[in-house]
Amino acid sequence: MESTNVYAYKLITRKEYFSPGHRACQGCAEALAVRLVAKAMGRDTIVASATGCMEIISSPMPFTNWRVPWIHVAFENAAAVASGVEAGIKVLMRKGRIPKKRINFLAMAGDGGTSDIGVQALSGALERGHDFTYICYDNEAYMNTGIQRSSSTPFGAATTTSPAGRVVPGQITWKKNMPEIAAAHNIPYVATACPSYPVDLIEKVKKAAGIKGPAYVHILSVCPTGWRLPPHQAIKAGRFAVETGIFPLYEVEKGRYRFTVKIGNLRPVGDYLKMQGRFSHLDEKLIDTIQKRVDKEYGKLKKKIEQGD
Amino acid sequence: MAKTKVDLSWQELEIGAVVTNAGNASEYRTGDWRSLRPVWDRDRCVKCGICYIFCPDAAINETEEGWFDADLYYCKGCGICANECPTQSIKMIEEEE
Amino acid sequence: MGNRIGLEVSLSAAEAVKMADVDCIAAYPITPQTHIVEHLSELVNDGQLDAEFIPVESEHSAMSVCAGVSAAGARVFTCTSSQGLALMNEIVHIVASMRLPIVTILANRSLSGPISIWNDHTDVMSIRDCGWIQVFVNNGQEVFDHVLFGFRVAESQNVMLPLMIHMDGFILTHVIEPVEMWEKEQVERYLPPFKPVHSLHPDKPVTMGGVGMPYIFSEAKVAQDEPLIQSKGEIISAWKELGDIVGRYYNPVETYKSDDAETLFITQGSYGETVSMVVDELRDEGKSVGLVMDRLWRPFPFDEFREAVKNANNLIVIDRAISYGGQGGPLAIELRAVLYKTKNQPNITNFICGLAGRDVTVDDFKRMYERSMEKIKTNPLEEDYEYYGVRGK
Repeated sequence: MESTNVYAYKLITRKEYFSPGHRACQGCAEALAVRLVAKAMGRDTIVASATGCMEIISSPMPFTNWRVPWIHVAFENAAAVASGVEAGIKVLMRKGRIPKKRINFLAMAGDGGTSDIGVQALSGALERGHDFTYICYDNEAYMNTGIQRSSSTPFGAATTTSPAGRVVPGQITWKKNMPEIAAAHNIPYVATACPSYPVDLIEKVKKAAGIKGPAYVHILSVCPTGWRLPPHQAIKAGRFAVETGIFPLYEVEKGRYRFTVKIGNLRPVGDYLKMQGRFSHLDEKLIDTIQKRVDKEYGKLKKKIEQGD
Repeated sequence: MAKTKVDLSWQELEIGAVVTNAGNASEYRTGDWRSLRPVWDRDRCVKCGICYIFCPDAAINETEEGWFDADLYYCKGCGICANECPTQSIKMIEEEE
Repeated sequence: MGNRIGLEVSLSAAEAVKMADVDCIAAYPITPQTHIVEHLSELVNDGQLDAEFIPVESEHSAMSVCAGVSAAGARVFTCTSSQGLALMNEIVHIVASMRLPIVTILANRSLSGPISIWNDHTDVMSIRDCGWIQVFVNNGQEVFDHVLFGFRVAESQNVMLPLMIHMDGFILTHVIEPVEMWEKEQVERYLPPFKPVHSLHPDKPVTMGGVGMPYIFSEAKVAQDEPLIQSKGEIISAWKELGDIVGRYYNPVETYKSDDAETLFITQGSYGETVSMVVDELRDEGKSVGLVMDRLWRPFPFDEFREAVKNANNLIVIDRAISYGGQGGPLAIELRAVLYKTKNQPNITNFICGLAGRDVTVDDFKRMYERSMEKIKTNPLEEDYEYYGVRGK
């Protein structure tokens, strides 16, 4: 449990801008993340979504789970569509054609739609400085099309296009560090979040929506179906991802790094990996390789935080 | 609630295939999916709301007195609420059918 | 009467976009469209046009940004050519299905490969079936007029479809032509503000771009095709109103000395002006020749075209694109289908020429005429099409 008063949950709005009745799998922590983000952003939000799990399960014509305006165009252009919506609304308000009010612009995509096919549009939108929030829901593979690997799939994970075979043990490249790529654009706010820490997530999304200019939030979304773990453990798995240092929760505000959830001694990565069928083929040697890498990356992050850089 | 018509003719479709009834997917009974159902032991429950927060389907409702129950129309039986409850007040039981 | 000045056609296109008071411009440079986006950025930065100039990072994002702007209820413009069009191809199809009234100028340029910056219609033909309204313009004045026409038609309540203006790259984009600008009050009379049927706003949340499940997809497609077909009515009345305001009347099919002609050239785009000179010269030589220029490409003007060619025995179709492995040039293929039901079918000869900027002169067209007359005498159906002026062929 995060270090806040457990009753803080009662302060979160009861409004559901992402309605029940969506077609996500049982125990989908990504759907939970979307639900929490919708609560954080509130009624005055326009969402531009990429193709992906969340788009498919929430918009089968003629139905929709969205109680805020929502548009889907294609797979790689959530950031570009959001840029257009933001610019269009900005001009309409400037020319007095619609009343001036604060509207949040949200671009949302999965890890495939962000770190692979969507990287160009994201980079362009961040560079142009649109006043919007980009949220990457990272379930670490192209889950919607059947669990194929992406550049966000962690080292050693088995996916349908990086299967654990006799010669190659699953994914052999390391997860692309999207938050760092976003931070390298010198945008005012970057954060990592996980729905296992709901108050932290909501606070970060609220902050991201509130700042002027582009903000990037990277949300680890546990996928019981694709990661091969029982649905009821989805929240626990996210917690272990944070406690092992594999997915540290931090934010970068105007270039200054800080942890938002401080972990004392890191939990051994084995606790996290052994929960999931996608890592079940890993031997102790590979787990050790992962542990060493996690320690190294975590150390680098800690340095950045200590430097106040 | 008025059921959304699915077998629309091309003339009945909204322009650009836009869906104007926001949130109408809440007509869909995802509760048909489950094989387990959560039940709350009110002797143990401290009304903290954690189950409500962690439900991916917004399928837990708060009663007037502050207790929590599953909305069986939507509950998919994933068991997250039972797993996360800090006082172990929720049990997953087999669906009777 | 507006002021008539000599202006590079690209700049006049930008000036028309300014007069249309667009809200946003998505801009990515590609030869030969660059002068349009350059001048637009000057107009914006100089305060002459109050619009968001969005310098996107690719053409795919250009059309995606346009989708977002239009869905938000604002007026948007972009322009591209050839490879840029190819890159944004998926979004071009999507925005038509979403009924977003985006106006785009396509500075016609050859599709790679080999890579070429020069003009032909291969990029036009690559989006023949994308669902946009498509019109050809033949000179600088037409470009200016059709930008305003474009927004007027695209945004009309019973149309709501994206519209593409085909203008020949370099041949038009980079030449100076006389252009009469409109007066502000003429634009105000002709072009009302954009009132979308649906738009993205929290006060009235809608979902755009949902999943087309099998039980509903076909209906969604018919719901996209029918309005395109019906838009011809609005197109024709918008042209009439344009003529009533500025005195220039446009038609789905333009004709030149065609009524009594035994043989008709059929062209699209700026070649029409060259061929009109050919028609004059051939008629001086006693040949019964005329010209039909297709202006409205989609929705195709079946009635007007059949009417224009009904008295002719021979059609010489000038194509500037290829359907590889198909029956020749795309325009000829289309016209054969259009005339399939006609009782007395004309002989159709088809020349593919002018690819990627290869010059086609008055004399070249005259030779195509002679070649057609030969073919018709000997064996009219032997060869469906011919590449003109290709060494080795």
